[in-house]
Amino acid sequence: MEPRSRSFYVLAAFFTLFMLFLYGPTVTIAILSFQGPSGGLTFPMNGVSLHWFRDLFEQQAVGDIWGSFSRSLVLGLMVMVTTVVVSVMGGLAFRRRFPGSNILFYLIITALVIPSILISLGVGLMFSQSGLTVHWATSGFGAQLTWTLPFGLLIMFAVFNRFDSSYEEAARDLGATSWQTIRHVVLPIIAPSLIGVALFGFTLSYDEFARTLLTAGSYNTLPLEIFGMTTNVTTPVLYALGTLTTGFSLIMIGAFLLLTWVSTKRKARAGSDAGKGMV
Amino acid sequence: MRLSPNSKSLMMVSPLVAVLFVFLVCPIAMIAIVSFWRATEFSIIPAFVFENYEFLFGSSVTYRVFFNTFKYALITWAATLLIGFTVAYFLAFHIRTLRWQIALFLLCTIPFWTSNIIRMISWIPFLGRNGIANSTLISWGVIDEPLEWLLFSDFAVVLAFVHLYTLFMVVPIFNTMMRIDKSLIEAARDAGANGAQILWNVIIPLTKPGIMIGTIFVVTLVMGDFITVRFMSGSQSANVGRLISNDVALLAYPSASATAVVLLCTVLIVIGILLRFVDIRKEL
Repeated sequence: MEPRSRSFYVLAAFFTLFMLFLYGPTVTIAILSFQGPSGGLTFPMNGVSLHWFRDLFEQQAVGDIWGSFSRSLVLGLMVMVTTVVVSVMGGLAFRRRFPGSNILFYLIITALVIPSILISLGVGLMFSQSGLTVHWATSGFGAQLTWTLPFGLLIMFAVFNRFDSSYEEAARDLGATSWQTIRHVVLPIIAPSLIGVALFGFTLSYDEFARTLLTAGSYNTLPLEIFGMTTNVTTPVLYALGTLTTGFSLIMIGAFLLLTWVSTKRKARAGSDAGKGMV
Repeated sequence: MRLSPNSKSLMMVSPLVAVLFVFLVCPIAMIAIVSFWRATEFSIIPAFVFENYEFLFGSSVTYRVFFNTFKYALITWAATLLIGFTVAYFLAFHIRTLRWQIALFLLCTIPFWTSNIIRMISWIPFLGRNGIANSTLISWGVIDEPLEWLLFSDFAVVLAFVHLYTLFMVVPIFNTMMRIDKSLIEAARDAGANGAQILWNVIIPLTKPGIMIGTIFVVTLVMGDFITVRFMSGSQSANVGRLISNDVALLAYPSASATAVVLLCTVLIVIGILLRFVDIRKEL
Protein backbone atom coordinates (compact mmCIF):
# COMPACT_ATOMS: atom_id res chain seq x y z
CA MET A 1 0.00 0.00 0.00
CA GLU A 2 1.21 3.46 -0.77
CA PRO A 3 1.49 5.82 2.21
CA ARG A 4 -1.38 8.18 3.04
CA SER A 5 -1.16 11.47 1.20
CA ARG A 6 -1.46 14.79 2.97
CA SER A 7 -4.89 15.36 1.45
CA PHE A 8 -6.08 12.26 3.31
CA TYR A 9 -5.41 13.91 6.65
CA VAL A 10 -7.04 17.17 5.57
CA LEU A 11 -10.13 15.34 4.37
CA ALA A 12 -10.20 13.12 7.45
CA ALA A 13 -10.20 16.25 9.61
CA PHE A 14 -13.04 17.67 7.50
CA PHE A 15 -14.99 14.45 7.87
CA THR A 16 -14.48 14.51 11.65
CA LEU A 17 -15.78 18.08 11.79
CA PHE A 18 -18.76 17.03 9.71
CA MET A 19 -19.49 14.22 12.17
CA LEU A 20 -19.28 16.71 15.04
CA PHE A 21 -21.68 19.00 13.18
CA LEU A 22 -24.02 16.07 12.52
CA TYR A 23 -24.03 14.53 15.99
CA GLY A 24 -22.88 17.34 18.27
CA PRO A 25 -26.25 19.01 18.82
CA THR A 26 -28.02 15.70 19.49
CA VAL A 27 -25.35 14.66 21.97
CA THR A 28 -25.65 18.04 23.66
CA ILE A 29 -29.37 17.75 24.29
CA ALA A 30 -28.81 14.19 25.47
CA ILE A 31 -26.40 15.55 28.10
CA LEU A 32 -28.65 18.48 28.98
CA SER A 33 -31.65 16.21 29.50
CA PHE A 34 -29.93 15.04 32.70
CA GLN A 35 -30.08 18.59 34.11
CA GLY A 36 -30.85 18.99 37.77
CA PRO A 37 -34.40 20.07 38.73
CA SER A 38 -33.45 23.76 38.67
CA GLY A 39 -31.40 23.55 35.46
CA GLY A 40 -32.25 25.46 32.30
CA LEU A 41 -32.17 24.92 28.55
CA THR A 42 -28.44 25.62 28.19
CA PHE A 43 -25.23 24.90 30.03
CA PRO A 44 -24.07 25.04 32.78
CA MET A 45 -25.46 21.84 34.21
CA ASN A 46 -27.21 22.49 37.51
CA GLY A 47 -26.47 19.14 39.01
CA VAL A 48 -27.23 15.79 37.43
CA SER A 49 -30.58 14.09 37.81
CA LEU A 50 -33.27 12.03 36.16
CA HIS A 51 -35.81 14.64 37.16
CA TRP A 52 -36.93 15.51 33.63
CA PHE A 53 -37.26 11.89 32.60
CA ARG A 54 -39.38 11.24 35.69
CA ASP A 55 -41.54 14.16 34.60
CA LEU A 56 -42.26 12.40 31.32
CA PHE A 57 -43.60 9.35 33.08
CA GLU A 58 -45.93 11.34 35.28
CA GLN A 59 -49.29 12.68 34.27
CA GLN A 60 -48.45 16.29 33.61
CA ALA A 61 -49.37 19.34 31.61
CA VAL A 62 -47.25 18.61 28.56
CA GLY A 63 -49.90 16.51 26.89
CA ASP A 64 -50.53 12.96 25.84
CA ILE A 65 -47.00 11.76 25.14
CA TRP A 66 -47.51 8.05 25.64
CA GLY A 67 -50.75 8.01 23.67
CA SER A 68 -49.08 9.78 20.78
CA PHE A 69 -46.06 7.50 21.03
CA SER A 70 -48.21 4.38 20.73
CA ARG A 71 -50.12 5.89 17.79
CA SER A 72 -46.84 6.72 16.05
CA LEU A 73 -45.56 3.22 16.71
CA VAL A 74 -48.68 1.53 15.28
CA LEU A 75 -48.76 3.90 12.32
CA GLY A 76 -45.05 3.29 11.68
CA LEU A 77 -45.60 -0.46 11.61
CA MET A 78 -48.63 -0.11 9.29
CA VAL A 79 -46.67 2.10 6.91
CA MET A 80 -43.66 -0.21 7.08
CA VAL A 81 -45.56 -3.36 6.13
CA THR A 82 -47.49 -1.60 3.36
CA THR A 83 -44.34 0.02 1.98
CA VAL A 84 -42.48 -3.30 1.80
CA VAL A 85 -45.33 -5.19 0.12
CA VAL A 86 -46.29 -2.47 -2.37
CA SER A 87 -42.65 -1.68 -3.23
CA VAL A 88 -41.75 -5.31 -3.91
CA MET A 89 -44.80 -5.77 -6.13
CA GLY A 90 -44.04 -2.50 -7.90
CA GLY A 91 -40.36 -3.35 -8.26
CA LEU A 92 -41.18 -6.74 -9.79
CA ALA A 93 -43.66 -5.18 -12.22
CA PHE A 94 -41.26 -2.43 -13.29
CA ARG A 95 -38.71 -4.93 -14.56
CA ARG A 96 -40.51 -4.83 -17.87
CA ARG A 97 -42.34 -2.05 -19.63
CA PHE A 98 -46.12 -2.08 -19.45
CA PRO A 99 -48.79 0.34 -20.62
CA GLY A 100 -48.53 3.44 -18.46
CA SER A 101 -45.21 2.51 -16.85
CA ASN A 102 -43.65 5.79 -17.89
CA ILE A 103 -46.46 7.88 -16.44
CA LEU A 104 -46.38 5.84 -13.25
CA PHE A 105 -42.63 6.36 -12.96
CA TYR A 106 -43.01 10.12 -13.20
CA LEU A 107 -45.86 9.97 -10.71
CA ILE A 108 -43.48 8.30 -8.25
CA ILE A 109 -40.91 11.04 -8.83
CA THR A 110 -43.65 13.63 -8.31
CA ALA A 111 -44.57 12.04 -4.99
CA LEU A 112 -40.93 12.35 -3.99
CA VAL A 113 -40.44 16.00 -4.92
CA ILE A 114 -43.85 17.49 -4.13
CA PRO A 115 -43.75 19.82 -1.11
CA SER A 116 -45.17 17.84 1.81
CA ILE A 117 -47.53 20.63 2.84
CA LEU A 118 -49.38 20.13 -0.45
CA ILE A 119 -50.12 16.52 0.41
CA SER A 120 -51.19 17.56 3.88
CA LEU A 121 -53.43 20.35 2.57
CA GLY A 122 -54.84 18.36 -0.35
CA VAL A 123 -55.68 15.24 1.63
CA GLY A 124 -57.16 17.34 4.42
CA LEU A 125 -59.35 19.27 1.97
CA MET A 126 -60.40 16.13 0.15
CA PHE A 127 -61.52 14.46 3.37
CA SER A 128 -63.33 17.49 4.78
CA GLN A 129 -65.12 18.27 1.51
CA SER A 130 -66.33 14.70 1.08
CA GLY A 131 -67.61 14.62 4.64
CA LEU A 132 -65.01 12.20 5.99
CA THR A 133 -63.15 12.80 9.23
CA VAL A 134 -59.37 12.89 9.05
CA HIS A 135 -57.74 10.26 11.22
CA TRP A 136 -54.12 9.24 11.58
CA ALA A 137 -54.88 5.65 10.56
CA THR A 138 -56.69 6.59 7.33
CA SER A 139 -55.76 10.00 5.89
CA GLY A 140 -52.52 10.18 7.90
CA PHE A 141 -51.57 6.68 6.80
CA GLY A 142 -52.18 7.43 3.11
CA ALA A 143 -50.41 10.78 3.24
CA GLN A 144 -47.32 9.14 4.73
CA LEU A 145 -47.31 6.42 2.09
CA THR A 146 -46.79 9.06 -0.62
CA TRP A 147 -43.42 9.75 1.06
CA THR A 148 -42.28 6.23 1.99
CA LEU A 149 -43.34 4.44 -1.20
CA PRO A 150 -41.05 6.43 -3.54
CA PHE A 151 -38.08 5.56 -1.31
CA GLY A 152 -39.07 1.91 -1.19
CA LEU A 153 -39.56 1.80 -4.95
CA LEU A 154 -36.28 3.55 -5.74
CA ILE A 155 -34.49 1.00 -3.58
CA MET A 156 -36.31 -1.84 -5.35
CA PHE A 157 -35.48 -0.37 -8.78
CA ALA A 158 -31.82 -0.21 -7.79
CA VAL A 159 -31.95 -3.79 -6.49
CA PHE A 160 -33.61 -5.22 -9.58
CA ASN A 161 -31.28 -3.31 -11.92
CA ARG A 162 -28.46 -5.35 -10.40
CA PHE A 163 -30.44 -8.59 -10.18
CA ASP A 164 -28.99 -11.53 -12.08
CA SER A 165 -32.03 -12.96 -13.86
CA SER A 166 -30.24 -16.23 -14.67
CA TYR A 167 -31.28 -17.47 -11.22
CA GLU A 168 -34.89 -17.09 -12.23
CA GLU A 169 -34.32 -18.71 -15.60
CA ALA A 170 -32.71 -21.65 -13.83
CA ALA A 171 -35.72 -21.96 -11.53
CA ARG A 172 -38.08 -21.81 -14.47
CA ASP A 173 -36.08 -24.41 -16.36
CA LEU A 174 -36.43 -26.67 -13.35
CA GLY A 175 -40.20 -26.33 -13.65
CA ALA A 176 -40.98 -23.76 -10.98
CA THR A 177 -44.14 -21.73 -11.44
CA SER A 178 -43.74 -17.97 -11.44
CA TRP A 179 -45.03 -17.77 -7.85
CA GLN A 180 -42.57 -20.47 -6.75
CA THR A 181 -39.76 -18.59 -8.51
CA ILE A 182 -40.59 -15.42 -6.65
CA ARG A 183 -41.16 -17.13 -3.31
CA HIS A 184 -38.13 -19.43 -3.29
CA VAL A 185 -35.62 -17.65 -5.53
CA VAL A 186 -36.26 -13.91 -5.89
CA LEU A 187 -37.43 -13.04 -2.38
CA PRO A 188 -34.58 -14.80 -0.54
CA ILE A 189 -32.04 -13.07 -2.79
CA ILE A 190 -33.48 -9.59 -2.22
CA ALA A 191 -34.25 -10.16 1.48
CA PRO A 192 -31.49 -7.88 2.87
CA SER A 193 -32.73 -4.98 0.73
CA LEU A 194 -36.27 -5.59 1.94
CA ILE A 195 -35.09 -4.97 5.49
CA GLY A 196 -33.67 -1.68 4.22
CA VAL A 197 -37.03 -0.77 2.69
CA ALA A 198 -38.70 -1.64 6.00
CA LEU A 199 -36.24 0.63 7.83
CA PHE A 200 -37.13 3.54 5.55
CA GLY A 201 -40.85 2.81 5.85
CA PHE A 202 -40.83 2.71 9.62
CA THR A 203 -38.48 5.58 10.42
CA LEU A 204 -39.82 8.00 7.81
CA SER A 205 -43.33 7.42 9.11
CA TYR A 206 -42.33 7.56 12.78
CA ASP A 207 -40.67 10.95 12.30
CA GLU A 208 -42.99 12.45 9.69
CA PHE A 209 -44.33 15.86 10.55
CA ALA A 210 -45.51 17.93 7.58
CA ARG A 211 -47.58 15.23 5.88
CA THR A 212 -49.42 14.33 9.09
CA LEU A 213 -49.98 17.91 10.22
CA LEU A 214 -53.40 18.36 8.58
CA THR A 215 -54.24 14.71 8.16
CA ALA A 216 -53.88 13.24 11.66
CA GLY A 217 -57.14 14.56 13.06
CA SER A 218 -57.80 14.99 16.75
CA TYR A 219 -55.23 12.45 17.93
CA ASN A 220 -51.64 13.62 17.53
CA THR A 221 -48.73 11.50 16.44
CA LEU A 222 -45.50 11.92 18.41
CA PRO A 223 -43.76 14.47 16.12
CA LEU A 224 -46.89 16.64 16.17
CA GLU A 225 -46.99 16.36 19.95
CA ILE A 226 -43.31 17.31 20.23
CA PHE A 227 -43.76 20.27 17.93
CA GLY A 228 -46.70 21.43 20.03
CA MET A 229 -44.43 21.24 23.07
CA THR A 230 -41.80 23.51 21.50
CA THR A 231 -44.18 26.45 21.69
CA ASN A 232 -45.16 26.10 25.34
CA VAL A 233 -42.58 23.99 27.14
CA THR A 234 -39.41 25.78 28.19
CA THR A 235 -37.85 23.22 30.48
CA PRO A 236 -35.38 20.41 29.77
CA VAL A 237 -38.33 18.00 29.74
CA LEU A 238 -38.31 18.73 25.99
CA TYR A 239 -34.73 17.45 25.80
CA ALA A 240 -35.62 14.40 27.86
CA LEU A 241 -38.38 13.54 25.40
CA GLY A 242 -36.06 14.23 22.47
CA THR A 243 -33.41 12.00 23.96
CA LEU A 244 -35.84 9.16 24.63
CA THR A 245 -37.40 9.17 21.18
CA THR A 246 -34.03 9.54 19.46
CA GLY A 247 -32.82 6.64 21.59
CA PHE A 248 -35.82 4.63 20.47
CA SER A 249 -35.08 5.50 16.81
CA LEU A 250 -31.45 4.45 17.25
CA ILE A 251 -32.49 1.12 18.75
CA MET A 252 -34.82 0.49 15.79
CA ILE A 253 -32.13 1.51 13.29
CA GLY A 254 -29.62 -0.73 15.04
CA ALA A 255 -32.05 -3.64 14.97
CA PHE A 256 -32.76 -3.18 11.25
CA LEU A 257 -29.07 -2.86 10.39
CA LEU A 258 -28.24 -5.93 12.45
CA LEU A 259 -30.97 -7.87 10.67
CA THR A 260 -29.63 -6.76 7.29
CA TRP A 261 -26.15 -7.81 8.28
CA VAL A 262 -27.30 -11.23 9.55
CA SER A 263 -29.38 -11.92 6.47
CA THR A 264 -26.53 -10.90 4.15
CA LYS A 265 -24.24 -13.28 6.03
CA ARG A 266 -26.81 -16.05 5.84
CA LYS A 267 -27.27 -15.44 2.15
CA ALA A 268 -23.54 -15.61 1.58
CA ARG A 269 -23.35 -18.90 3.49
CA ALA A 270 -26.43 -20.50 1.97
CA GLY A 271 -25.97 -19.02 -1.47
CA SER A 272 -24.01 -21.81 -3.01
CA ASP A 273 -23.24 -25.38 -2.08
CA ALA A 274 -21.09 -25.91 -5.13
CA GLY A 275 -18.22 -28.29 -4.46
CA LYS A 276 -19.48 -29.31 -1.04
CA GLY A 277 -20.46 -32.77 -2.18
CA MET A 278 -24.11 -32.48 -1.22
CA VAL A 279 -26.59 -34.55 -3.14
CA MET B 1 -56.71 -19.15 -18.22
CA ARG B 2 -53.30 -17.47 -18.45
CA LEU B 3 -52.94 -13.76 -17.89
CA SER B 4 -51.06 -11.74 -20.45
CA PRO B 5 -47.76 -10.31 -19.19
CA ASN B 6 -49.19 -6.80 -19.40
CA SER B 7 -52.21 -7.50 -17.25
CA LYS B 8 -49.96 -9.32 -14.78
CA SER B 9 -47.76 -6.22 -14.48
CA LEU B 10 -50.79 -4.00 -14.11
CA MET B 11 -52.13 -6.21 -11.34
CA MET B 12 -48.81 -6.00 -9.52
CA VAL B 13 -48.77 -2.20 -9.60
CA SER B 14 -52.47 -1.77 -8.82
CA PRO B 15 -51.95 -1.12 -5.06
CA LEU B 16 -49.29 1.44 -5.93
CA VAL B 17 -51.56 3.10 -8.49
CA ALA B 18 -54.41 3.15 -5.99
CA VAL B 19 -52.33 4.84 -3.27
CA LEU B 20 -50.82 7.39 -5.64
CA PHE B 21 -54.19 8.12 -7.20
CA VAL B 22 -56.06 8.64 -3.95
CA PHE B 23 -53.31 10.38 -1.97
CA LEU B 24 -51.35 12.21 -4.66
CA VAL B 25 -53.38 12.84 -7.82
CA CYS B 26 -56.72 13.53 -6.10
CA PRO B 27 -55.25 15.89 -3.48
CA ILE B 28 -53.45 17.87 -6.20
CA ALA B 29 -56.68 18.04 -8.19
CA MET B 30 -58.53 19.06 -5.07
CA ILE B 31 -56.07 21.88 -4.39
CA ALA B 32 -56.32 23.05 -7.99
CA ILE B 33 -60.13 23.12 -7.74
CA VAL B 34 -60.27 24.84 -4.36
CA SER B 35 -57.82 27.50 -5.54
CA PHE B 36 -60.71 28.91 -7.62
CA TRP B 37 -63.16 28.88 -4.73
CA ARG B 38 -64.30 31.74 -2.64
CA ALA B 39 -63.78 32.10 1.09
CA THR B 40 -65.71 33.85 3.81
CA GLU B 41 -64.55 34.08 7.38
CA PHE B 42 -66.35 30.88 8.33
CA SER B 43 -66.52 28.70 5.27
CA ILE B 44 -65.30 28.09 1.77
CA ILE B 45 -67.73 28.26 -1.13
CA PRO B 46 -67.45 26.45 -4.45
CA ALA B 47 -67.01 28.99 -7.23
CA PHE B 48 -64.87 29.72 -10.23
CA VAL B 49 -63.15 32.99 -9.51
CA PHE B 50 -59.60 34.14 -10.01
CA GLU B 51 -59.52 36.40 -6.97
CA ASN B 52 -57.12 34.17 -5.04
CA TYR B 53 -54.58 34.33 -7.85
CA GLU B 54 -55.20 38.04 -8.42
CA PHE B 55 -54.56 38.71 -4.76
CA LEU B 56 -51.49 36.46 -4.76
CA PHE B 57 -49.86 38.04 -7.82
CA GLY B 58 -50.96 41.53 -6.80
CA SER B 59 -49.22 41.44 -3.45
CA SER B 60 -45.60 42.45 -2.99
CA VAL B 61 -45.34 39.99 -0.09
CA THR B 62 -45.64 37.12 -2.55
CA TYR B 63 -42.62 38.20 -4.54
CA ARG B 64 -40.56 38.80 -1.41
CA VAL B 65 -41.46 35.41 -0.04
CA PHE B 66 -40.70 33.64 -3.33
CA PHE B 67 -37.39 35.47 -3.47
CA ASN B 68 -36.66 34.30 0.09
CA THR B 69 -37.52 30.73 -0.85
CA PHE B 70 -35.09 30.78 -3.77
CA LYS B 71 -32.46 32.42 -1.58
CA TYR B 72 -32.68 29.64 1.02
CA ALA B 73 -32.62 27.02 -1.72
CA LEU B 74 -29.58 28.50 -3.42
CA ILE B 75 -27.47 29.01 -0.28
CA THR B 76 -28.40 25.60 1.12
CA TRP B 77 -27.67 23.99 -2.24
CA ALA B 78 -24.21 25.51 -2.44
CA ALA B 79 -23.32 24.56 1.14
CA THR B 80 -24.68 21.00 0.96
CA LEU B 81 -22.98 20.44 -2.40
CA LEU B 82 -19.61 21.57 -1.10
CA ILE B 83 -19.84 19.56 2.13
CA GLY B 84 -21.56 16.57 0.55
CA PHE B 85 -19.08 16.31 -2.30
CA THR B 86 -16.09 16.54 0.03
CA VAL B 87 -17.47 13.89 2.39
CA ALA B 88 -18.41 11.55 -0.46
CA TYR B 89 -15.02 12.07 -2.10
CA PHE B 90 -13.25 11.21 1.14
CA LEU B 91 -15.34 8.06 1.61
CA ALA B 92 -15.08 6.88 -1.99
CA PHE B 93 -11.42 7.60 -2.75
CA HIS B 94 -9.53 7.82 0.53
CA ILE B 95 -11.09 5.03 2.57
CA ARG B 96 -9.51 1.84 1.36
CA THR B 97 -11.64 -1.01 2.62
CA LEU B 98 -15.27 -1.61 1.77
CA ARG B 99 -16.02 -2.45 5.41
CA TRP B 100 -14.88 1.00 6.58
CA GLN B 101 -16.59 2.71 3.68
CA ILE B 102 -19.90 1.13 4.65
CA ALA B 103 -19.40 1.87 8.35
CA LEU B 104 -18.60 5.56 7.82
CA PHE B 105 -21.34 5.88 5.20
CA LEU B 106 -23.87 4.51 7.69
CA LEU B 107 -22.60 6.98 10.27
CA CYS B 108 -23.54 9.73 7.80
CA THR B 109 -27.02 8.31 7.15
CA ILE B 110 -28.19 7.40 10.67
CA PRO B 111 -29.35 10.96 11.55
CA PHE B 112 -31.61 10.86 8.49
CA TRP B 113 -33.65 8.15 10.20
CA THR B 114 -34.20 10.22 13.35
CA SER B 115 -36.62 13.05 13.92
CA ASN B 116 -36.08 16.35 12.09
CA ILE B 117 -37.97 18.27 14.74
CA ILE B 118 -35.68 17.05 17.48
CA ARG B 119 -32.62 17.75 15.36
CA MET B 120 -33.87 21.34 15.06
CA ILE B 121 -34.58 21.61 18.78
CA SER B 122 -31.08 20.39 19.50
CA TRP B 123 -29.60 23.60 18.09
CA ILE B 124 -31.13 25.67 20.93
CA PRO B 125 -28.38 25.01 23.50
CA PHE B 126 -25.77 25.78 20.83
CA LEU B 127 -27.12 28.94 19.30
CA GLY B 128 -29.17 30.50 22.09
CA ARG B 129 -28.29 33.81 23.67
CA ASN B 130 -26.45 32.05 26.50
CA GLY B 131 -25.66 29.06 24.34
CA ILE B 132 -22.40 27.25 23.75
CA ALA B 133 -21.43 29.28 20.68
CA ASN B 134 -21.88 32.64 22.38
CA SER B 135 -20.20 31.69 25.66
CA THR B 136 -17.25 30.13 23.83
CA LEU B 137 -16.77 33.20 21.64
CA ILE B 138 -16.96 35.46 24.69
CA SER B 139 -14.48 33.38 26.67
CA TRP B 140 -12.09 33.52 23.71
CA GLY B 141 -12.47 37.25 23.65
CA VAL B 142 -13.72 37.31 20.07
CA ILE B 143 -16.89 39.17 21.02
CA ASP B 144 -17.95 41.17 24.07
CA GLU B 145 -21.70 40.83 23.80
CA PRO B 146 -23.65 37.69 22.87
CA LEU B 147 -24.54 37.59 19.17
CA GLU B 148 -28.28 37.94 18.72
CA TRP B 149 -28.42 36.58 15.18
CA LEU B 150 -27.32 33.04 15.94
CA LEU B 151 -30.70 31.60 16.82
CA PHE B 152 -33.99 32.73 15.28
CA SER B 153 -32.46 34.22 12.14
CA ASP B 154 -31.83 33.40 8.49
CA PHE B 155 -28.45 32.09 9.56
CA ALA B 156 -30.11 29.55 11.85
CA VAL B 157 -32.54 28.55 9.10
CA VAL B 158 -29.78 27.82 6.60
CA LEU B 159 -27.67 26.08 9.23
CA ALA B 160 -30.59 23.78 10.06
CA PHE B 161 -31.23 23.08 6.37
CA VAL B 162 -27.59 22.15 5.86
CA HIS B 163 -27.68 20.02 8.98
CA LEU B 164 -30.83 18.20 7.89
CA TYR B 165 -30.23 17.79 4.16
CA THR B 166 -26.48 17.40 3.46
CA LEU B 167 -27.08 13.67 3.57
CA PHE B 168 -29.21 13.94 0.43
CA MET B 169 -26.07 15.12 -1.37
CA VAL B 170 -23.69 12.61 0.22
CA VAL B 171 -25.70 9.51 -0.71
CA PRO B 172 -26.18 10.00 -4.48
CA ILE B 173 -22.70 11.48 -5.00
CA PHE B 174 -21.06 8.64 -3.06
CA ASN B 175 -23.14 6.19 -5.07
CA THR B 176 -21.93 7.51 -8.43
CA MET B 177 -18.35 7.86 -7.20
CA MET B 178 -18.27 4.21 -6.16
CA ARG B 179 -19.13 3.26 -9.71
CA ILE B 180 -16.25 5.20 -11.26
CA ASP B 181 -13.76 2.77 -12.75
CA LYS B 182 -10.59 3.25 -10.70
CA SER B 183 -8.45 2.49 -13.75
CA LEU B 184 -9.61 5.78 -15.29
CA ILE B 185 -7.95 7.62 -12.44
CA GLU B 186 -4.78 5.57 -12.80
CA ALA B 187 -4.80 6.33 -16.51
CA ALA B 188 -5.11 10.03 -15.80
CA ARG B 189 -2.23 9.84 -13.33
CA ASP B 190 -0.07 7.88 -15.79
CA ALA B 191 -0.80 10.56 -18.36
CA GLY B 192 0.69 13.10 -15.97
CA ALA B 193 -2.38 14.70 -14.39
CA ASN B 194 -1.98 16.02 -10.86
CA GLY B 195 -4.56 15.57 -8.11
CA ALA B 196 -6.48 18.75 -8.85
CA GLN B 197 -6.60 17.96 -12.57
CA ILE B 198 -7.88 14.45 -11.89
CA LEU B 199 -10.56 15.87 -9.60
CA TRP B 200 -11.65 18.54 -12.07
CA ASN B 201 -11.37 16.66 -15.37
CA VAL B 202 -12.18 13.09 -14.39
CA ILE B 203 -14.02 12.76 -11.12
CA ILE B 204 -16.36 15.78 -11.23
CA PRO B 205 -17.67 15.11 -14.76
CA LEU B 206 -18.28 11.45 -13.91
CA THR B 207 -20.03 12.42 -10.66
CA LYS B 208 -22.43 14.83 -12.33
CA PRO B 209 -25.48 12.50 -12.29
CA GLY B 210 -25.11 12.04 -8.53
CA ILE B 211 -24.73 15.78 -8.07
CA MET B 212 -27.89 16.40 -10.08
CA ILE B 213 -29.93 13.86 -8.08
CA GLY B 214 -28.67 15.36 -4.82
CA THR B 215 -29.54 18.81 -6.15
CA ILE B 216 -33.10 17.74 -6.95
CA PHE B 217 -33.56 16.40 -3.43
CA VAL B 218 -32.09 19.39 -1.63
CA VAL B 219 -33.77 22.04 -3.77
CA THR B 220 -37.23 20.47 -3.53
CA LEU B 221 -36.94 19.78 0.20
CA VAL B 222 -35.90 23.36 0.92
CA MET B 223 -38.45 24.91 -1.43
CA GLY B 224 -41.29 22.87 0.04
CA ASP B 225 -40.28 23.32 3.66
CA PHE B 226 -42.26 25.39 6.12
CA ILE B 227 -41.47 24.01 9.52
CA THR B 228 -37.70 24.59 9.56
CA VAL B 229 -38.18 28.20 8.52
CA ARG B 230 -40.84 28.74 11.13
CA PHE B 231 -38.95 27.11 13.96
CA MET B 232 -35.41 28.29 13.26
CA SER B 233 -36.36 31.86 12.36
CA GLY B 234 -38.59 32.17 15.41
CA SER B 235 -41.41 33.10 13.02
CA GLN B 236 -39.42 36.10 11.79
CA SER B 237 -38.76 34.94 8.24
CA ALA B 238 -41.12 33.50 5.69
CA ASN B 239 -40.94 31.25 2.68
CA VAL B 240 -43.74 30.02 0.44
CA GLY B 241 -44.47 27.02 2.64
CA ARG B 242 -45.08 29.28 5.59
CA LEU B 243 -47.36 31.48 3.51
CA ILE B 244 -49.46 28.38 2.85
CA SER B 245 -49.43 27.16 6.45
CA ASN B 246 -50.38 30.62 7.74
CA ASP B 247 -53.38 30.67 5.39
CA VAL B 248 -54.30 27.19 6.58
CA ALA B 249 -54.16 28.36 10.19
CA LEU B 250 -56.63 31.11 9.26
CA LEU B 251 -58.79 28.51 7.48
CA ALA B 252 -58.28 30.49 4.25
CA TYR B 253 -58.09 27.31 2.18
CA PRO B 254 -58.74 28.85 -1.27
CA SER B 255 -55.92 31.31 -0.81
CA ALA B 256 -53.64 28.57 0.59
CA SER B 257 -54.52 26.40 -2.42
CA ALA B 258 -53.69 29.12 -4.93
CA THR B 259 -50.29 29.61 -3.31
CA ALA B 260 -49.80 25.84 -3.26
CA VAL B 261 -50.56 25.59 -6.98
CA VAL B 262 -48.01 28.29 -7.78
CA LEU B 263 -45.44 26.62 -5.50
CA LEU B 264 -46.03 23.25 -7.13
CA CYS B 265 -45.62 24.73 -10.62
CA THR B 266 -42.43 26.47 -9.55
CA VAL B 267 -40.96 23.28 -8.08
CA LEU B 268 -41.95 21.24 -11.14
CA ILE B 269 -40.35 23.78 -13.48
CA VAL B 270 -37.12 23.66 -11.46
CA ILE B 271 -37.19 19.84 -11.50
CA GLY B 272 -37.96 19.85 -15.22
CA ILE B 273 -34.85 21.94 -15.84
CA LEU B 274 -32.70 19.76 -13.59
CA LEU B 275 -33.97 16.55 -15.19
CA ARG B 276 -32.58 17.73 -18.53
CA PHE B 277 -29.13 17.11 -17.09
CA VAL B 278 -29.68 13.59 -15.76
CA ASP B 279 -31.57 10.42 -16.68
CA ILE B 280 -32.77 9.18 -13.30
CA ARG B 281 -33.76 5.74 -14.55
CA LYS B 282 -30.24 5.10 -15.79
CA GLU B 283 -28.70 6.08 -12.49
CA LEU B 284 -30.58 3.73 -10.18
